[in-house]
Amino acid sequence: MIFIFSEMKKTDGLVKNAIGKLVPTEVNGKPVVPYMGVGKYRPQGRKYAQLISTCADYPSDGNKLIPSLKEALIKSGLKDGMTISTHHHFRNGDLIAVQIFDIAAEMGIKDLVWYPSASFECHSPLIKYLEDGTIHHIEGSMNGSLGRFTSKGLMKGVGVLRSHGGRYQAVQDGDVHIDIAVIASPTADPFGNANGVDGPAACGLIGFALADSEYADKVIVVTDNLIPFPCIPWQIQGNNVDYVVQVEQVGIPEKIVSGTTEVTKSPDRLLLAEMTAKFCDQAGIIRDGFSFQAGAGGTALSIGIYFADILRDRGMKARFARGGSNKYLVNMLDEGLLEFILDGQTFDLDGVKSMRENPNHVNTSPFTSYNYHGKGNFAQLVDITILGATEVDLNFNANVVTHSDGVLLHGIGGWQNCLFSKCTILPIPLFRDRIPVIRDEVTTICGPGELIDVIVTERGIAINPLRKDLIEKLKNSDLPIKTIRELKDEAEKICGVPAKIEFEDEIVAIVKWVDGTVIDCVRKIKQK
Amino acid sequence: MKTALVGNKGKGVRSDCHITLEITETNGINISLNSKVAALFGESIKILVEEIFLFFEIKNANIVIEDSGALPFVLAARIESAIKKIIPSSKKYLLESNINNQYHTEKDRNRFSRLYLPGNSPSLMINSGVHKPNGIILDLEDAVAPDKKDEARYLVRNALKNVDFYGAERMVRINQIPLGLGDLEFIVPYNVNLILIPKCENADQIHQVNTKIEELKQKNNIKHQIWLMPIIESALGVMKSFEIATSADNVVALAIGLEDYTADLGTARTNEGNESFFARSMVVNACKAAGIQPIDSVFSDIADMEALKVNVLRSKALGFEGMGCIHPRQIKVIHDNFAPNSAEIDKAKKIVNAFIVAQEKGLGVVSLGTKMIDPPVVKRAQNSIDLAISMGKLNSDWREQEIAAQELQEKK
Repeated sequence: MIFIFSEMKKTDGLVKNAIGKLVPTEVNGKPVVPYMGVGKYRPQGRKYAQLISTCADYPSDGNKLIPSLKEALIKSGLKDGMTISTHHHFRNGDLIAVQIFDIAAEMGIKDLVWYPSASFECHSPLIKYLEDGTIHHIEGSMNGSLGRFTSKGLMKGVGVLRSHGGRYQAVQDGDVHIDIAVIASPTADPFGNANGVDGPAACGLIGFALADSEYADKVIVVTDNLIPFPCIPWQIQGNNVDYVVQVEQVGIPEKIVSGTTEVTKSPDRLLLAEMTAKFCDQAGIIRDGFSFQAGAGGTALSIGIYFADILRDRGMKARFARGGSNKYLVNMLDEGLLEFILDGQTFDLDGVKSMRENPNHVNTSPFTSYNYHGKGNFAQLVDITILGATEVDLNFNANVVTHSDGVLLHGIGGWQNCLFSKCTILPIPLFRDRIPVIRDEVTTICGPGELIDVIVTERGIAINPLRKDLIEKLKNSDLPIKTIRELKDEAEKICGVPAKIEFEDEIVAIVKWVDGTVIDCVRKIKQK
Repeated sequence: MKTALVGNKGKGVRSDCHITLEITETNGINISLNSKVAALFGESIKILVEEIFLFFEIKNANIVIEDSGALPFVLAARIESAIKKIIPSSKKYLLESNINNQYHTEKDRNRFSRLYLPGNSPSLMINSGVHKPNGIILDLEDAVAPDKKDEARYLVRNALKNVDFYGAERMVRINQIPLGLGDLEFIVPYNVNLILIPKCENADQIHQVNTKIEELKQKNNIKHQIWLMPIIESALGVMKSFEIATSADNVVALAIGLEDYTADLGTARTNEGNESFFARSMVVNACKAAGIQPIDSVFSDIADMEALKVNVLRSKALGFEGMGCIHPRQIKVIHDNFAPNSAEIDKAKKIVNAFIVAQEKGLGVVSLGTKMIDPPVVKRAQNSIDLAISMGKLNSDWREQEIAAQELQEKK
């Protein structure tokens, strides 16, 4: 399925969606559905699927090795307008994504759509391919330099931002057709079975590539640690794989996982962590058998440590922790304070080792963890989720993709998906340098306020008025409980009232909600 | 043409700005602003700059502002000090005071923790109060490089006026006398609660400071007390500690500074602290004899909370009533360990209880079991109870609760 982008409008047909934002109904030549409210959009029809293959077309000895990535791409039929997917298991140490587009540019291919599960600063060399037309647009995350480039309106097409769960949903529902998936794997066998727990680039798991392996037309596994069949565990199954390529190096280990994860030394962040843990405790959420989402950020990491202290003191244990694993979570598992880690992304070598050796440290994919179009949603079972945000508004709507100056700088990650937990808490500083975090309106709505329960800042905690139960539980608390408006006023007293940012009308990216509808869009920055 | 350079910039600098100012003859005011918050505050920064130039009647200047998100009180301090480097002026550009900064402090308030904040680093000042130290110290002395002393005075003045320290006692460590006397006009009129005087070695230094304070108080019509905490940092200072402790009514505490003291002795500072045992005991004795608070030196390993705890307990055992901190995370450890522990609270409760019962019965002698209790013991117990209540370790109605519990027990 190949689009001819050259003559189509970037976006068309603006309407006001259910959260009051003006969004397009057509993006990059395809119709899109405006956001209708949480749980309101009902998908129709059957799931999307690969063409049926026959093993008769594949080597009978199971050896799918191809000498180079270029040959594999050519054999996969690389041509103008195709959608190419990659994954961010190697984070800032990824060596493969840029190579794909080097090859495409060398072959003179144009108008590709890059469909990464996330982008990092190591992908900034792709800017030259966005400029020369090799890549038409990105559907994934546009971080750092790529985000700045997009915000200036320089990308040919419109960026599409999705959550990790939304990425799976888009593939499963057929919103995105992947022509070629390139799965960089720490270990693989010649049949295409692959995993992330072994090899020099071990990153724990490669679950972000699951959808791609199941739905893409062509699937290429690239590894620097080729082992004889069978590669166990097979996190990616060779039965879905077309070609296997052996390369010198797939990723730079020290940029993939750090040898050690350290908790924050920032006193302000530690204070936020302490206040958040205390809030959870006073709200009665920390109890035997509870569950939590653990992030990798300094604050989230520290909150986990406070949770562990509370559990240890009271002789209790948590049933499971979801999310990125690291040394601290692994220590909780080993110490018996935690029964299971349901891991979506492994952040350090302790996490990788634990996943390899401990059967209670389970690898998960966005399908199991986050997919909204499934028969249930793990994310809803989690008692506490701790997340970040660049901004929050008076209705508790929050932004994670743009900064207050309007520039697109981050992807959504699992953020939207995690909002569905029983209690979602955002510990954030009341202001960063001089920029207040609580605004009348956020620059970009990524998550509706009805799903965001608590904002913890160093100067006060605001509980969403919808959570009468939490307000009641905390009514005699010694914590500084305030209204969100009081927090906003306090920040503005210190920082001053920020000016309103002006944008051009041009839409440079859209933000999808977990069900594939468009919740907001990012507009071009006005150059002064 | 003279150029003034003020402030900080570069990697790792936040919430600050760097000013390059030239006062020129013609061509009006030219503002070049490079700010990470330009999109949100660029206009308001320019308005502030123009206001300050107008205030100082400057009509022609080139100013380059490299801003890492400085709050208005920082921008104003930086610009004013840049202007005064070129044109001396007695005028002061002051932003409206923060109404939460009007409080005064009591002589005998708790001074368990006092957090040092380098006087030329705004980013550390802004959130210091939220960590709830008993006091914050804006440090003009050792934490400020010699060529930054002047600009730090403006920053500290504006911080005293505009930063909410959320009830912490607002302290400033001035420079050594006589340089420190020049710091006073930047702090006394701006509701500083307590002044730390470094490297104190005699009562005369205190008198010099007080003379200057009195002069400034009269000039500015200030009625409330400004407390002093001399710091003993030399062998001579140790020997003169009682003289210093009793030198004036507004001396509320003596602190000891062990880095300089051990250097003066020619020994190394150790964690065990045997080399400073005499000095610390001297300071504690001088303070107790003078009826003021002895305050211990800072503990410099900010990563080791266990060692800090040991240090605090040792300090408390020697008779100290507080300690400096150089990192907000030290505050809780210091508070928790200077506070009475549960055994001490239990014992104090029994003593206070026995005292109240004895009074109710009209008995002149208080006894607990077979032991007689002297009035100072009761006083100390009452102090522990008050402290425990003030630190949230004991409910203020503990006695009513215990009586109720006892009655319930008896009914059963």
